[in-house]
Amino acid sequence: GQHLNLISHLRNLKEMLESSKESLKLEAMKRIVGLIAKGKNASELFPAVVKNVASKNIELKKLVYVYLVRYAEEQQDLALLSISTFQRALKDPNQFIRASALRVLSSIRVPIIVPIMMLAIKEAAADLSPYVRKTSAHAIQKLFSLDADQKEQLIEVIEKLLKDKSTLVAGSVVMAFEEVCPDRIDLIHKNYRKLCNLLVDVEEWGQVVIISMLTRYARTQFTSPWKEVRGQSGEVMKAFYESDSEEKKGHTEEKPYIMDPDHRLLLRNTKPLLQSRNTAVVMSVAQLYWHLAPKHEVSIVTKSLVRLLRSHREVQYIVLQNIATMSIQRKGMFEPFMKSFYVRSTDATHIKTLKLEILTNLANEANISTILREFQTYVKSQDKAFAAATIQAIGRCATNISEVTDTCLNGLVLLLSNRDETVVAESVVVIKKLLQTQPTQHSEIIKHMAKLFDNITVPMARASILWLIGEYCERVPKIAPDVLRKMAKSFTAEEDIVKLQTVNLAAKLYLTNSKQTKLLTQYILNLGKYDQNYDIRDRTRFIRQLIVPSEKSGALNKYARRILLAPKPAPVLESSFKDRDRFQLGTLSHSLNSKATGYQELSDWPAVAPDQSVRNVEIIEASGSDSEEESSESEKTSSDSGKSSSGSEQSSSESELEQKKKKKTKKVPQKKSKPTAADRYSEIPAVCWSLRVTTSSFGPVKTYELLHHMTGKGLAAKYHFPRQPCLYQPSMVAVQVILSNSSDHSLEEIHIGDRSPASLSIHCFNTIERLEPEASVTVSMGIDFSDSTQAANFQLCTKEDQFSVSIQPAVGELLMPSSMTEQDFCKEQGKLQGMNETSATITMETANASSQAISKQVLSVANVGVVSSSQNNFSRFAGRTVSSGALVLVSLELKESSTALLTINTEKTVMASMLLRDIKQALTQA
Amino acid sequence: MIHSLFLVNASGDIFLEKHWKSVVSRSVCDYFFEAQERATEPENVPPVIPTPHHYLISVLRHRIYFVAVIQSEVPPLFVIEFLHRVVDTFQDYFGVCTEAAIKDNVVVVYELLEEMLDNGFPLATESNILKELIKPPTILRTMVNTITGSTNVGEQLPTGQLSVVPWRRTGVKYTNNEAYFDVVEEIDAIIDKSGSTITAEIQGVIDACVKLTGMPDLTLSFMNPRLLDDVSFHPCVRFKRWEAERILSFIPPDGNFRLLSYHVSSQNLVAIPVYVKHNITFREGSSQGRFDLTLGPKQTMGKAVESVLVSSQLPRGVLNANLNPSQGTYTFDPVTKLLSWDVGKINPQKLPSLKGTMSLQAGASKPDENPTINIQFKIQQMAISGLKVNRLDMYGEKYKPFKGIKYMTKAGKFQRCVWIAGSDRYYTNRASLIIVTS
Repeated sequence: GQHLNLISHLRNLKEMLESSKESLKLEAMKRIVGLIAKGKNASELFPAVVKNVASKNIELKKLVYVYLVRYAEEQQDLALLSISTFQRALKDPNQFIRASALRVLSSIRVPIIVPIMMLAIKEAAADLSPYVRKTSAHAIQKLFSLDADQKEQLIEVIEKLLKDKSTLVAGSVVMAFEEVCPDRIDLIHKNYRKLCNLLVDVEEWGQVVIISMLTRYARTQFTSPWKEVRGQSGEVMKAFYESDSEEKKGHTEEKPYIMDPDHRLLLRNTKPLLQSRNTAVVMSVAQLYWHLAPKHEVSIVTKSLVRLLRSHREVQYIVLQNIATMSIQRKGMFEPFMKSFYVRSTDATHIKTLKLEILTNLANEANISTILREFQTYVKSQDKAFAAATIQAIGRCATNISEVTDTCLNGLVLLLSNRDETVVAESVVVIKKLLQTQPTQHSEIIKHMAKLFDNITVPMARASILWLIGEYCERVPKIAPDVLRKMAKSFTAEEDIVKLQTVNLAAKLYLTNSKQTKLLTQYILNLGKYDQNYDIRDRTRFIRQLIVPSEKSGALNKYARRILLAPKPAPVLESSFKDRDRFQLGTLSHSLNSKATGYQELSDWPAVAPDQSVRNVEIIEASGSDSEEESSESEKTSSDSGKSSSGSEQSSSESELEQKKKKKTKKVPQKKSKPTAADRYSEIPAVCWSLRVTTSSFGPVKTYELLHHMTGKGLAAKYHFPRQPCLYQPSMVAVQVILSNSSDHSLEEIHIGDRSPASLSIHCFNTIERLEPEASVTVSMGIDFSDSTQAANFQLCTKEDQFSVSIQPAVGELLMPSSMTEQDFCKEQGKLQGMNETSATITMETANASSQAISKQVLSVANVGVVSSSQNNFSRFAGRTVSSGALVLVSLELKESSTALLTINTEKTVMASMLLRDIKQALTQA
Repeated sequence: MIHSLFLVNASGDIFLEKHWKSVVSRSVCDYFFEAQERATEPENVPPVIPTPHHYLISVLRHRIYFVAVIQSEVPPLFVIEFLHRVVDTFQDYFGVCTEAAIKDNVVVVYELLEEMLDNGFPLATESNILKELIKPPTILRTMVNTITGSTNVGEQLPTGQLSVVPWRRTGVKYTNNEAYFDVVEEIDAIIDKSGSTITAEIQGVIDACVKLTGMPDLTLSFMNPRLLDDVSFHPCVRFKRWEAERILSFIPPDGNFRLLSYHVSSQNLVAIPVYVKHNITFREGSSQGRFDLTLGPKQTMGKAVESVLVSSQLPRGVLNANLNPSQGTYTFDPVTKLLSWDVGKINPQKLPSLKGTMSLQAGASKPDENPTINIQFKIQQMAISGLKVNRLDMYGEKYKPFKGIKYMTKAGKFQRCVWIAGSDRYYTNRASLIIVTS
């Protein structure tokens, strides 16, 4: 009936989809999505649904996408009908539509369209919108899982996207890298520093992926920082280093360890992320420190990990697992936080067990009494499985810390009179293990257990007692035969393991005390011979041959005593997390304690660091933000080498390089103000935008006067365009104003007052409460000029006065650089022909005709980006207007006899002519 | 990364499935059901379950299991954190996250899941961005949409997605500009049988509701920032500024968000705001037990202790309890053995008490299990740690916003050891006492 219902329901839906009414179609799609969600099969509606793929209604379209992605794999031929729609949408001017078209196209798992997908991905990877580029990074993985043969081509795209400076793209492309070619470490070299520096600004999910990739990377590229702790106790890697230094005795031995600055950079830039609200990020930083940081620095992650224990149950579970592994090697890290691992009655069982594990790991001579007191509480828990685990834990503490062995043993013996069977049984098992470690003085306990034997019903416990009595039968010569007698009586009713141990006991007694037990033993062996369980029959037969001398029994008989009563090594009670450190912390494999599909091994540190220079990026690529980053790093380096008294060759050459960079930053003072990834927290964040900036703006900064100190009654103001993206609003042009006080009294409450035109949108600087005499202050503001050179007039006010001032932008300042390839440039230029093109022929001095000189001049006038050119006689620059984002393309073709054709293509024709004039002037003057 | 998602209710039915890559048969959940059967309590289902071809990572919230299907190595916390974000988003959109709410809004749920993950990798999890893409359903909007045929789905790329402050949308406008901050604290304490504190910790959060026009840049400073031992921030907070000056400087998201969570370390003395006096005795051979419990306020700086709720898990041997509360009402469930006492407000002049007898199973021996006591309460206008906000300043915008700060401490886990008199052995008991101060 239900099936028929569904069929008629589907027919209904089909009718609705074929109606001409948009609302009916939408309603139908909503119901279909409902069916999909329930897991019902709605694939037969495919033809009716796919027709709506080009619908104007965006919600309808999205629901069709949902449907398409779900069923395309099953209906490949029909799915192809929709492809052309997406191909069209890939060219849409709206980045959102381009991105979602690529998303759906790449999610349709139809092998035929692989070439189309490949093409779309390549195009999207060069898209101007970082959002579309991000989508293309996602599409790479989809294509790879559809057709692994495309790997080589996809790696090329990944390589290209790795160079992307957008924080939006970084996480996604690293994800693609991890899926497609995690072994191509060489692709990371050049991007390593950039990734480190971008890290704080990447979205949180991307951070996790990047951090885990960089962990792997660092382990292949840097030498171990753990050398310096050599000689400290309990270091796992010690043996490794000893052999290491033996190998290369002579030259490595005296050389102190110096951390590679790049290694330090990674550690430094991940540290703030410990404060992230995202637990996965915190965990990934913690594992990074665990695997990469010098031993004494690892403990900074402790607090953050403990904080995560306040989070959801599932988070606790994973974090506790990782702490359990860490606490085996590094007790000290978590000991101060021991109380955080106290079990609460509301915890789930697996949480309790993990906390118990950690407490046991943390136990030492100093805190054992506290821990044991805590354990006493747990033994009383209503959760019996947990109580049993606690007893096991007590056993472990007892073996690990010899001072408390007796106390523990006595405590456990007390537990033998507990009313709960599981507690008693577990205690017996643990006591058995403990006695084995030091059997000499414990015959009293064995006697006590023999007495309890009648009351204990749990098979494992009974078996343990029997084994104990058998093993130490010579210590309890009177009791042992009696126990055997009792067992002979109840043999048939016992569980298998008890029977096996009874047979063992009988055999051992036969060997030590055959006078009293011969008959009993034979009786038991006879019972065993006809037992239902073949294990017991086998064992009985074996024992009989071994101990009872007969003509058939061979040479073994002589050794029976030595075989059965051989001293047995005590079982080692150790943590179940002991060997988990073979897995990288925080991974699924670590959590499961078995290798998960796709797990990437963390390699051992290389003995000799691979070439460090592979990570060096050509200086021209280091934009303003980069160089500042580096300079701060060089300070770090020097302090580092100060610590280690002698600097190695590499590091000194490194710092030389940095010195150069430093000088470079000094030469270009305006870059100081440029917000960078690292000081995002101290300044206002503005990183995404800088990603579009392809080249740093060379050229001197022109400073304009805003207010002369004479008219301003002591207040002077100058401004310049820092040519950085405005962080307040993308449509604004950033302006930096330097206010200085040349009067003899302090000025108060400097702020911006009325503006004209009134609609002018200005992002004012914060009111300056007080400016002392001779002091000056630099403030940033944002002005939306709406792509016109009309002056922005406003009033600059102090507490007492108001001064009308105006900022008139040069047309070149209304632009921002845009990155594109030569190919794209030509394509875009093709679209902006006719009345959108303005050109002029100019004459230049030959000395200035080099492309470098041209770039310099053009960049001094206009804030555009250089487009790399394959032809020598062409210089190309691309930019967008700040307010409306219209493309502005500048190209300069050098002709013979020092003439050149200057062309500007843009929709903004007024701007074009003004810009043409400015550039022409700049080029001819020079 | 995340291959598929199944939503399973308490009775073990899959009521929603979503696949981001090839379809994974729902039979993969059989492994989950097996684990569910084995677990005695719903919380005991292990969060990570391996199966032959997949791995199942699940979270349990609002009695719904969110089961993610994974095919290869991925940090498990990554998936867990994401699943919790999904639940938070549902809660944000539908007010509650129940099976009924999800079923009623299945289309919105699907649209959300589609935006949140692309090919199993999180795409947009920021509530601001999602709300621009998909508008939360309201009765009015549903009606309007039905009539006009307009949609819930945004056509433009959300501004936040591209900006440097992805958590905030641009062009926010309010007629009343307001910013509210709630300082909410929880106490975590373990108290031994004699009433002395073994550990006491305070966990706090600052939840904000900011409705401000434009791009305000806020700074929040504390009178006593040194109290904060370990902090975690919303991504909007500038970390360097905190490191250097102990000032929270941020461009806030629009609407509700958690600005900061912090921890007040156990090194600082924590004043426990209430005390419990108890006397629970069972005598060997008698079928009666005595129960006596008194609550009182302690170090509350004159603030009233309100909404007090005491609950206790009595030993299994207790058949019934005949008690007399001096105020409020109590119930005892003979099946679950749960005693709960709704006390209300504590009057310092007349302390609330609960006294009476418990009847035990005839002939049964003296129970040796631990009775558990949970106590919840609220104290208004007090942050138990003494944390005080100094001032809130706004830069970057011209208007004068309304600023409000509320203090409130919320319940944590408070445990107490109970001495059972008349016994030669003592039982250390665990009780959680949950404390709320506002």
